[in-house]
Amino acid sequence: MVPTKKSLRNGLVKMYLNSIFPDPERADRLIEIAKTSLQPLLEGAVMNTIPLTIISFIIGIILAVLTALARISQVKIFQVIARVYVSAIRGTPLLVQLFIIFYGLPNLGVTLDPFISAVIGFSLSVGAYASEIIRAAIISIPKGQWEAGYSIGMTYTQALKRIILPQATRVSIPPLSNTFISLVKDTSLASLVLVTEMFRRAQEIASTNYEFLLVYSEAAFVYWVLCFFLSLLQGFMEKRLDRYMS
Amino acid sequence: MISIKGLYKQFGQLEVLKGIDLVVEKGKVVVVIGPSGSGKTTMLRCLNVLETPTKGAISIEGQNLDFSNGVPKKQITSFRRLTGMVFQSYNLFPHKTALQNVMEGPIIVKGESKEAARKKARALLEKVGLGDKVDYYPAQLSGGQQQRVGIARALAMEPEVMLFDEPTSALDPELVGEVLKVMKDLAQEGMTMIVVTHEMRFAREAADEVIFMDGGVIVERNKPEEIFTNPREERTKKFLNMIQ
Repeated sequence: MVPTKKSLRNGLVKMYLNSIFPDPERADRLIEIAKTSLQPLLEGAVMNTIPLTIISFIIGIILAVLTALARISQVKIFQVIARVYVSAIRGTPLLVQLFIIFYGLPNLGVTLDPFISAVIGFSLSVGAYASEIIRAAIISIPKGQWEAGYSIGMTYTQALKRIILPQATRVSIPPLSNTFISLVKDTSLASLVLVTEMFRRAQEIASTNYEFLLVYSEAAFVYWVLCFFLSLLQGFMEKRLDRYMS
Repeated sequence: MISIKGLYKQFGQLEVLKGIDLVVEKGKVVVVIGPSGSGKTTMLRCLNVLETPTKGAISIEGQNLDFSNGVPKKQITSFRRLTGMVFQSYNLFPHKTALQNVMEGPIIVKGESKEAARKKARALLEKVGLGDKVDYYPAQLSGGQQQRVGIARALAMEPEVMLFDEPTSALDPELVGEVLKVMKDLAQEGMTMIVVTHEMRFAREAADEVIFMDGGVIVERNKPEEIFTNPREERTKKFLNMIQ
């Protein structure tokens, strides 16, 4: 039989695996498992990991902007609330926060769906970390820009919205991308509050076939691919917003 | 008419303005000169309340602000709309084109339609000689061009008075002329202007009056030919000798 391209490739993979695992049947089994686990892993990513990341990030950024504005406001009480919030979230482990929300709140009669619990936990986390990024970005815009806005009659809110935030956005894209990419990976913690996201799927698969190395590596690879595309997106956005820089 | 009465400004322990009284008639061009630290820029910034005076009162075309007993923010914002400010470092919005810089105020602050604002902005940029640069971003313009956009941006708000804070100090020498020309044209059209500058030629050619400030007070005030050829005060003489 003349080997097709595909059979040749599979043959090469098998040869490689055979060299690591002398038992040819085991090599076959591994290929089979890798193939069959990919679908549930991707399903976990599409159904839970990605939505969890995007929803939490959006809510988190809104929280972050509000927190940053509270931090730079003249009103003392806003400053204090923002400081305490950031300090508490940054000072405690994300996993512990998730456990408090999902396993702890029922003691107060508040029982939340796993996905909702995770969204709350991750949003609060992003809100705290990103608020410092946004605050720094706002402060980095020269005072003259505020003054120019005021000098043409703008109010604080108008100057903030039209002049300061658009420029601060450009400054904060690289560090916010970091936060976003971290969040993609942090969502794996949601597996511990029973969200069937990608890593929980991986755990389920591995617990039935005991191929931990293979299945967890496969999950890691999917995370990597996701993050790779996010980096591309970051580059694209930076370029777009760079139009006005010389 | 602009009037300043008993204006004081303190930064912490430092008293920068020590009682300024000044009246500028409508349509007049007043040039303010003086050594650095004399308070001339602070006085200008008090006029559009970028600095809040410690005490004293300002009035522009009948609108009064008395700082001796706190002024609400809303009043400050509406008062500011009477003045146009041109900054030493231009302070253009870098994320907007020349045209968008000029349109911003009319649209956002005055609520004009985009079409009307664009038309006016084009006319103003034409007037300052930048009709062919409307779609350029500030970073693509020279300092002189940026400053002229800055003037157009201020004019778009149709202010009662234009305030210039050392508008040519950050410019390369060969670019100063184009900005001064725009300012002279404005003066000729009857715009009320208060100009803090070191350009003595501009003062001679365009000013109705020159004010010499030192140590937070107005030391001398006179017609340009008088103050330059025949200064009354010792401090004015000294300063003019130093710069000429």
